[in-house]
Amino acid sequence: MSNKTELVRASLAKRYAREKRFRFYGLASIVLSLTFLVILLTTIFMQGWPAFTQTYMQLEVNLSAEALGVESTASQEKLRAANYDAVVMNALNARFPGVTERKQKMALKKLVSSSAAYDLQKQVMDNPQLIGTQPTIWVMTDDDIDTYFKGKIDRTQAEADRRIKDFQLAWLDDLAAKGEIERRFNVPFFTSGDSREPEQAGILSALMGSFYTMLVTMTLAFPIGVAAAIYLEEFAPKNNPFVDFIEVNINNLAAVPSIVFGLLGLAVFIQFFGMPRSTPLVGGLVLTLITLPTIIIASRAALKSVPPSIRQAAYGMGASRVQTVFHHTLPLAMPGILTGTIIGMAHALGETAPLLMIGMVAFIVDIPHGITDPAAILPVQIYLWSDSPERAFTEKTSAAIIVLLFFLVMMNLLAVLLRKRFERRW
Amino acid sequence: MNTLALTKNTMTLPISQDASAASAKDQPLDIQTIVEELKQASQPVGNPFLDDPKFYTRDVDVFYNQVKQAIFGVDLDIGKNEVIAMIGPSGCGKSTFLRCLNRMNDTIDGCKVRGQLLLDGEDVYAKEQDPVLLRARVGMVFQKPNPFPKSIYDNVAYGPRIHGLTANRSELDDIVEESLKKAGLFNEVKDRLQAPGTGLSGGQQQRLCIARAIAVSPEVILMDEPTSALDPIATATIEELIDELRQSFTICIVTHSMQQAARISQRTAYFHLGYLVEVNETNKVFTNPQHRLTENYITGRFG
Repeated sequence: MSNKTELVRASLAKRYAREKRFRFYGLASIVLSLTFLVILLTTIFMQGWPAFTQTYMQLEVNLSAEALGVESTASQEKLRAANYDAVVMNALNARFPGVTERKQKMALKKLVSSSAAYDLQKQVMDNPQLIGTQPTIWVMTDDDIDTYFKGKIDRTQAEADRRIKDFQLAWLDDLAAKGEIERRFNVPFFTSGDSREPEQAGILSALMGSFYTMLVTMTLAFPIGVAAAIYLEEFAPKNNPFVDFIEVNINNLAAVPSIVFGLLGLAVFIQFFGMPRSTPLVGGLVLTLITLPTIIIASRAALKSVPPSIRQAAYGMGASRVQTVFHHTLPLAMPGILTGTIIGMAHALGETAPLLMIGMVAFIVDIPHGITDPAAILPVQIYLWSDSPERAFTEKTSAAIIVLLFFLVMMNLLAVLLRKRFERRW
Repeated sequence: MNTLALTKNTMTLPISQDASAASAKDQPLDIQTIVEELKQASQPVGNPFLDDPKFYTRDVDVFYNQVKQAIFGVDLDIGKNEVIAMIGPSGCGKSTFLRCLNRMNDTIDGCKVRGQLLLDGEDVYAKEQDPVLLRARVGMVFQKPNPFPKSIYDNVAYGPRIHGLTANRSELDDIVEESLKKAGLFNEVKDRLQAPGTGLSGGQQQRLCIARAIAVSPEVILMDEPTSALDPIATATIEELIDELRQSFTICIVTHSMQQAARISQRTAYFHLGYLVEVNETNKVFTNPQHRLTENYITGRFG
């Protein structure tokens, strides 16, 4: 007897050590994954944060009728055609007199964004009373200047290695000293489409593209997926080889690389059905194919987890199959179905590869207004910007990732809320 | 499954060589003899047939997945306004037989029912017989209380709603109140009809299920071990309830408790190994069983 006690006691230490070790492994892996997550998020936020602000420069412009070449009573057409470029250039020349060298003149013009003239044009067209005045306006600076003021250009570097030369630095110091430089919230980032000029590039077109694509995906994938799941789970004959075959294939489809779906979309939707390229319609169809297996599998699992006693009760009351499903099984499975659907949608929102295949990688400036307008989507926009050579696109890339992550977090939050809302105990 | 259960049963039986228990009824009960004997019997012993029955069943066989036969040639009549108790060891087919009566077996894949089952002379398994209509006439209460995760009111109102029994809200209110009263639950829940039915105690939930079943005014109520998940007090309440319900409904109840069968039923059917062994008035079955299997069971030799 005492021998047995000894043996058990001897094994105890070993058992506890094992438990401790295992707990340590678990904790270590959690710490490790959290560290990676923190590193990832900090990097993105550090890089992307500056993109939400933009450097503006003060400029006193001469909007006299002579300078513009139009009167304040002129038609909108004439107002549009006036030479605003010259006005901006003159304002710059007036601010920095004595710049005569051709190279420096070019650099002077490059202080402000090329959108400055368009902004001025818009202001004048909205308010022709400005003609004849000498207003002080704030215009967007060029991306290099913006980058410099965000501290990304090291002025101690050799001049030849710098994007901004010494004479430009002198101008900028002068501007900054006189308070003619300001960092403002970057509204155009959220209100404009893509652009080759980093300071003018915005994510609205990609955001709208993603929105329309998700709209198409949601309206197709949710009802089709749930209906398929209901049929397979509640109506299809069990132990039928054909049904088994379909089940196996749905599970396989969930594992097919998404680019294959892109190729399929290209071949079927665009080549065969002749749908327009680069559109949310085709993108949504392809993403529907990708998310369907996820939704079907999640919905089936949710339906399966509804206790059979509820079905029995409904059948016992004389409910038909459809009544049983729609009155009892489906409402009880809804939290699981919604969670699965939203996770599938979040997956689709971040999907890039298949959309490259159907032409959604095109450079699209216009903001799409429907599902048949050419559009880019957020992940592709990120991909495009990360590929651009300008320094300022680095922060835009991270900023777009922040926006994408924001929407993913919102979707997951929605999933949690819906689950809480619909959760019922039985 | 059956073989296993039987081996166990045989093991618990007294060994026949024991001098003390050497009467004719205590012959060794090995599986072969029992099955042979049950196969030979063309009909159950006792009194299975009635004039003008509610349910008339002859030669009912039930198969699961074409290979396993769960019920062998059951002949039984169930009378109007009677409580018939079905007893027997686990796996003897009493629940399976009960579920044939309102075609609940249809919902089980691979379940085949053969034979003649008539409800008021109408074939239950006829092609033109609609299971939905049948189940509105033959209600069911299950072993585990299974109220819908809805309010108490909605639970009871569900049947009348799906069958379209009421024209307006006040009629529905009346049905709900009346059903809850019949189930002896109304006084306990009248102030919280909108509370979830799942929030009630086990016994109250089971009475709610009974109220739900009687809300569609069925002709027959099938009860599959309705008190096995309940404590003795809740059980007593439900037993009283069953006795009252007998005035208006025919009740078939499957139970594992022989005392319960003795207390509440007028007739008792004893099932064994998928065969209906003996049917008789309850007091006859419990005081003077005709078949030695029945006697062994009710005296607690097995099961």
